[in-house]
Amino acid sequence: MPDRFPSPFEIQTPPGAEGWEQLYTYSSVFSEDRREYEEGGFWFQDGVHWPEVLTPWDATFYEYALASLSQYNTRHYLIPPALGVDFRILNGYAYLSPVGVANPAEVEARVPHFLERAGFYFQNWDRLYDDWLVKIRALVKEMSEIEAEPLPEKEPIDVVTEGRGTGSGLILQESYHKLLDLALRLWQYHFEFLNLGYAAYLDFFGFLKQAFPSIPDLAIAKMVAGVDVDLFRPDEELKKLARLAVESGVDGAFDAGNPDEVRDTLRATPAGQAWLEQWEQAAEPWFNFSNGSGFYHSDRIWIENVDIPFGFIRDYIAKVKEGADLARPIAALHAERDRIVAEYRELFSSDEDREAFDQKLGLARTVFPYVENHNFYVEHWSHSVLWRKMRAFGDVLTKAGFFGEADDIFLLKRNEVPDALWDMYSAWAVGTEPRGGKYWRPEIERRKGIRAALREWSAPPALGVPPEVVTEPFTVMLWGITSDSVAGWLRASEGSDEGELSGFAASPGVVEGPARVIFGADQIGEVEDGEILVAPLTAPSWAPIFGKLLGTVTDVGGMMSHAAIVCREYGLPAVTGTAFGTSRIKTGQRIRLDGNKGTVTPLD
Amino acid sequence: MRNVIWFDTFSADERACLGGKSASLGELMNAGLPVPPGFAVTTHAFRSAREGSGVVEAIRARLDGLDPSDVHDVTTRAAAVRELIMSWPLPEPIGAEIRAAYQQLCEQIQVADVPVAVRSSATSEDSPDASFAGEHDTYLWVRGGDQVISNVRRCWASLFTDRAVSYRVEMGYSHLDVEMCVAVQKMVRPRAAGVAFTLNPGDGDRSTIAIDSAWGFGEGVVSGEVTPDNFLVDKVIGSISRRTVSAKTHAFRLGDDEQVHRVELAPEEQREPSLTDDEIAAIAKLARAAERHYGCPQDIEWALDEDLSDGANVVLLQARPETVWSKKKVVVSTGADAMSSIVSTLVNPLYARKS
Repeated sequence: MPDRFPSPFEIQTPPGAEGWEQLYTYSSVFSEDRREYEEGGFWFQDGVHWPEVLTPWDATFYEYALASLSQYNTRHYLIPPALGVDFRILNGYAYLSPVGVANPAEVEARVPHFLERAGFYFQNWDRLYDDWLVKIRALVKEMSEIEAEPLPEKEPIDVVTEGRGTGSGLILQESYHKLLDLALRLWQYHFEFLNLGYAAYLDFFGFLKQAFPSIPDLAIAKMVAGVDVDLFRPDEELKKLARLAVESGVDGAFDAGNPDEVRDTLRATPAGQAWLEQWEQAAEPWFNFSNGSGFYHSDRIWIENVDIPFGFIRDYIAKVKEGADLARPIAALHAERDRIVAEYRELFSSDEDREAFDQKLGLARTVFPYVENHNFYVEHWSHSVLWRKMRAFGDVLTKAGFFGEADDIFLLKRNEVPDALWDMYSAWAVGTEPRGGKYWRPEIERRKGIRAALREWSAPPALGVPPEVVTEPFTVMLWGITSDSVAGWLRASEGSDEGELSGFAASPGVVEGPARVIFGADQIGEVEDGEILVAPLTAPSWAPIFGKLLGTVTDVGGMMSHAAIVCREYGLPAVTGTAFGTSRIKTGQRIRLDGNKGTVTPLD
Repeated sequence: MRNVIWFDTFSADERACLGGKSASLGELMNAGLPVPPGFAVTTHAFRSAREGSGVVEAIRARLDGLDPSDVHDVTTRAAAVRELIMSWPLPEPIGAEIRAAYQQLCEQIQVADVPVAVRSSATSEDSPDASFAGEHDTYLWVRGGDQVISNVRRCWASLFTDRAVSYRVEMGYSHLDVEMCVAVQKMVRPRAAGVAFTLNPGDGDRSTIAIDSAWGFGEGVVSGEVTPDNFLVDKVIGSISRRTVSAKTHAFRLGDDEQVHRVELAPEEQREPSLTDDEIAAIAKLARAAERHYGCPQDIEWALDEDLSDGANVVLLQARPETVWSKKKVVVSTGADAMSSIVSTLVNPLYARKS
């Protein structure tokens, strides 16, 4: 077994992708300038959030997220052993490297600051979280109010009569800067609680593993998991709407495949209008729900792609008519959680440990709602708004002849957009033609070519020198990367391991059936009843198809990945973080998925 | 009072006529601890048979004026009484009821002439016959109604062993006050058997049930002669966290002579897991129920009876308290406050260690 992964400097540029480095900020690519540091580190591909090639603009959220995560560890809470998570882009793919505090004296020196700062958050968690919910809604509102309008032929008269002294070109540029600032603010909010939440959970986790060395990770997750979680709300709303459609007799409208026809049919009757009113109420905010991780502009958002939620509603209507009870068994879920807690509690052999258990469970449950809920507010709701606003800027530039279509804006780096806006504004101001489309259209075509070439490249799971033991707690929690999984990748890099795949036993149950391998949300329509889904990762918004599935296998993710949380919620056996699921398994192949052991075995 | 009572159906006021063994079997069944099924021939049946047989006077006459120091006299007279009991006429409906119960057992299990164990079951701890509870007889692999009745008589007769008779004379107890209940219980014919601990014997983890299992009778597992399959099951959520399937080179199985023999196994059988997931779950459930019933970690012997139907074929043979780890008090918490504990978790993350 090799003892290291390829150096980032050994990786070749795929043919046709020459010059890809120019598509990303200079600070986010590997370079000779920092070679010694970069070559000595361990970098893993973050397939949990960024499994696909990043477009130049989509790299924005990647950089904002990692910088924000890091800032809290390093500068806000002074997490004693951990600085940030360094980030690079290689051949368009996201690679991360956790940075520890090497010097024990420095770790020690950070402790009192951590106690004071993190302690404040833990002590005031509920109040601060309530404030957070207010802050995030205010932020969404502010983002929604950003305007991106084409520049007028002439300024409106009130600009003159009110003596404003500025014009539309400035507003447009300010709006774009504001969008970037709000996006960075969003990501800072995102990590205000998350790292601390994981720290408290890890403490509870470590305590139970010490008391009960064989306790399944799943059991610990179940003790803290919430029952009423915002992340499940969109799916709940769909079920409610399906029931309402059947109860009020408007379900026939959904026989039409085309969402416009469905709407027209509904508008024609009072009952249909009442249904549409309920739909509108649910849609904001709950259908600002991405069918992917929310990190790609190409992810489809329910509210903008009504065919997706209407399709799910149609499936649910069919189930309601078959007499299925779609309601989640809330009382039973609560009772099961209470049973699990009570039975483990009973197993401690000392009162001291029971007391510590109560205290740690209490804190873990205090912090967990944030851990479970933030994803909807940030990656789904807020990102939906941001993608929408970006398309508005794209529209403006398209109308000005810069682009062939609005989405071309995502082929620009975030700091190239102001240049394009400037080009448009200054030419508008002068009253001449911008360089605009003549410059950008061929450039965008070139970049699309590079992106296509990068997509053909298969990103290795890791680069550089793995640590002897993976000790960085967030790496383990968020990305599911352990010493074992690193060893597994090294073994697999030799091509020796052709049989069983292993990963996290993320949701219990054992099933056998035909595999359905898909690589993204646009393929979920291919899934048929009784199949085992094999995907790089799943998104929470895929929940409505879970009813068809026997189980789920993902390439990436740990016990706390969104896929794991959702699979447990829907009682679907799952193995996450297998690394090679989508590359080894073929659609139609029969496999055995053991969600108790965390293994996937090909049967033919 | 009933003459025949199924183990798990006795009422509180019937307990006394059941004998300790039968009553405790019934209590185990009702506590979710399945033992091999069976019934008790109550002390009421014994008394009715004794009174109805018309030989009470004969017994009294045989034992009157016995000198316990005269070994020869004791032996002769006790043998004569046992002979009387073995041949006394069994008043109806006692005989019919025993036959009917046995027949019902056969039908329930769907095995004709199902082999049973017939055991004497002392009535209570402080009764005169209790001192000889261990001496009363046990008859294995009994088949057919006639044989069952004949062995019930042998149990009854065992009240009049030489030692029992001498003892009662010395203590001044009446020979006609003694009573006997007899337990008739299905013989287990294990497809697989073994032991289970309600903690991990390797590290004392109380959240774990550890199961050792091999083909056939559990002797090989208990003696260590067979390397068993090993399964670790989580006590609360029931997941199987580890399975080790060993090469079980031989097994202890019942021969046609109704004796247990050591047999070599074919290679494919050696490597086949001796339990299915459902069976593992059923054994874990049984072990957990035993632990709850007795209130402390248990070390149980279990068997998977091939005569019983799937889902009801795991039976408890024996339960005793685990003694190695249960005596240790485990304290994991350091008493540190929440924040200090979080710091040490972050600095020395347990989660990061290699498994």
